Amino acid sequence: MGFIWFWLVALMIVAYVIFDGFDIGVGILHPFLARSEQDRQIMLRSIGPVWDGNEVWLLAGGGTLYFAFPLLYASAFSGFYLALMIVLWLLIMRGVGIELRMHLEISVWRAFFDGVFFIASLLLAIFYGAALANVIRGVPLGDDGYFFLPLWTDWRLGSHPGILDWYTVIGGVLALIALALHGSLYLVIKTEGELQKRAASAARAISIAVLLLTLVSLPASVFARADAAANYRAMPLLFVVPAVILLALVGVIVFSRKEDSRKAFICSCVYLAFMLVGAAVALYPRLLPSSDNPSRDITIEKALSGPHTLRVGLAWWGFGMCLAATYFIIVYRMFRGKVTLEGSGYGH
Amino acid sequence: MTALLLHRIHFAFTITYHYLFPQLTMGLALLIVVLKTAALRRNDEHYNQAARFWGRIFAVNFLIGVVTGIPMEFQFGTNWAQFARTTGGVIGQPLAMEGVFSFFLESAFLGLFLFGEKRLSPLAHWFSAFMVFLGSWLSGFFIIMTNAWMQHPVAYKVLPNGVYEVTSFWGLLTNPWGLIQYAHNMSGAVITGSFVMCAVGAFYLLENRFPEHGRIFLRVGVVAGLISCVAQVFPTGDLHGRYLARHQPAAMAAMEGLFSSQRGAGIVLIGQPNEETQTIDNPLAVNKVLSFLIYGNTEAEVKGLDQFPRDQWPEPLPLLFYAYHIMAGLGTYFVLLMVVAAFLLWRGRLFTTRWALWPLMLSFPLPYIANTAGWMTAEIGRQPWVVYGLIRTSEGYSRYVGPGNSLFTLLGFMGMYTVLSILFIVLVYRIIQKGPESMVVALAPAPMSAV
Repeated sequence: MGFIWFWLVALMIVAYVIFDGFDIGVGILHPFLARSEQDRQIMLRSIGPVWDGNEVWLLAGGGTLYFAFPLLYASAFSGFYLALMIVLWLLIMRGVGIELRMHLEISVWRAFFDGVFFIASLLLAIFYGAALANVIRGVPLGDDGYFFLPLWTDWRLGSHPGILDWYTVIGGVLALIALALHGSLYLVIKTEGELQKRAASAARAISIAVLLLTLVSLPASVFARADAAANYRAMPLLFVVPAVILLALVGVIVFSRKEDSRKAFICSCVYLAFMLVGAAVALYPRLLPSSDNPSRDITIEKALSGPHTLRVGLAWWGFGMCLAATYFIIVYRMFRGKVTLEGSGYGH
Repeated sequence: MTALLLHRIHFAFTITYHYLFPQLTMGLALLIVVLKTAALRRNDEHYNQAARFWGRIFAVNFLIGVVTGIPMEFQFGTNWAQFARTTGGVIGQPLAMEGVFSFFLESAFLGLFLFGEKRLSPLAHWFSAFMVFLGSWLSGFFIIMTNAWMQHPVAYKVLPNGVYEVTSFWGLLTNPWGLIQYAHNMSGAVITGSFVMCAVGAFYLLENRFPEHGRIFLRVGVVAGLISCVAQVFPTGDLHGRYLARHQPAAMAAMEGLFSSQRGAGIVLIGQPNEETQTIDNPLAVNKVLSFLIYGNTEAEVKGLDQFPRDQWPEPLPLLFYAYHIMAGLGTYFVLLMVVAAFLLWRGRLFTTRWALWPLMLSFPLPYIANTAGWMTAEIGRQPWVVYGLIRTSEGYSRYVGPGNSLFTLLGFMGMYTVLSILFIVLVYRIIQKGPESMVVALAPAPMSAV
């Protein structure tokens, strides 16, 4: 049961990153790729009908975490308190930045909300990456399973890390460029003309940076957390995961060059999924490792809810996911194809 | 300020602000389905324009509801970690179900409703409006069931490590407290939706702009308003009150200001509870009514606060008393207003009776106050428990998140929400000013709430 729920929660996190990842990527890129008001509107319209549904993965995943692993939910959310609150504020800003922009035809209003959308997307990516890095690095857990980290201390690892230190900042920057890449590949599918060309050349440039920083991040993880590769060494078959990660990036580069936008985007999805799966494999069966005392690790066993709760959850979860998949298929199909500016929303 | 108090204010502030929006979302979602149904059956374009108009207001309202709602799901973990860790196995489920079942549903079909009109058949477009209504009301259901378990825990057992788990899924979702609470809460949301719709309708008629649409808004708003206002008092309010008296007698005593038990207890209409003297200052009371309302018998004994140890009294007690009285007082006014308006509507005189249109236009903030007061009654009445009778509020908050951090984030939310309020008012006002006639059908997707 613990094994199943560990991977179900991981799956929901992967879904969130793949779907909301390109919303965030578009947000990061739009000041750079958009050269006109039309460009801006096209970029917003490419995510307009889907961003809210994409964001729901975060809520569904968070709720699932709450009932399946309540100790992890409680410990991690209160321990990373300030970072989490900032993420919540950024999500508010991102949503508002997207949705309120078109309400007034005043250029200052639009520029303001574009700025909000950009900054919120940028910081969200960094915080998400740093969050994952924190989970890999571990936190100073107490005997009661709780901890509390300030946002930063001296940026070094050691006995008093903050949420942000040099390793987690690497994680944040990597997430930033990886999601920017993801967003650019999505735009290549959804746009045409000059805007599409700019997105494609951005994708080509960023993909190199992602490849390089990924290569740096893997040994950095082992440096920051000595036993990060332990599961892999115990079952060498698992090394297929980093292999897929690198192959996926190569795929992005190759398919972008060949102008096969769909395959390039799929490779980006695979890259993101396997980066997360790779972290999950490294952690298993821990959910949140202790930075100084392995006996205090929050493991699946310690955090798992009671058996009846989990059985009940399994019953409705699968059904719910089928429904969700149906909705997603309906919406993405209805709004498929290149974004155009015909009609101006509600018009007036 | 202590950590406990700050965490309580943190949650109270964010949830109070958040709920201002879903109540309108849920109320309007129903009324938009009514408008779309009328449009289909009467083949009258005015109804479609009305639905589009309210859809635009709905979209702005829904957005703010979404962005202020996300912090709520995570706040159980950030500020109430002890509570979350202990009870997550039970209430984490309805919360997760809300995400998996309601939110995906709402977000998918809202996009289709706002932008799919040209691409969908009229029936399919009606269906997307219906699914948004279903999603939002389902969302309400799961949240109410979460709160209902905290008010009246059922279908649980405590594991050896002190953690709670659910013993019956259906038991959890059919908690009788929750079913009553759901009916009362949703009726309250329809009240908000109807009053807002009436207000805009009355405004248009008083201004003599968009009279055709104004009349539609008033017809729908007054009928829905009358039904929901009456239902709010009887049967939902009455049932809720009697259930509360049975299962949370200390809360009942506190909210009625009944310091000492009494046979033939009277109901205090107004007054100020004085905790020092344990009496009501300046009371206006009607004898025997409370006993009758709760037990159907004017000589029944109603338990006063003297029956409960001091550390089980809900607090802050005066706030509970006032919240309840404000809610009930406003509820009474709502019934009176809607009865008068419905009578005039029936006689075909509402649209030209200006002295009735004015209160209809001005009363729209009051359901927001009443709904908020009602929730304060529920949540303060539950004190000092976070799970009634089982876990005290003081045992639930995040021990390692100090008051400084909590105050910092509280101030952050207050600032951000002030900005959101201004944006909301400006944008909704603009939509109302523009009116329903300029509602051209959306051809292509723009961000959900775009002009």
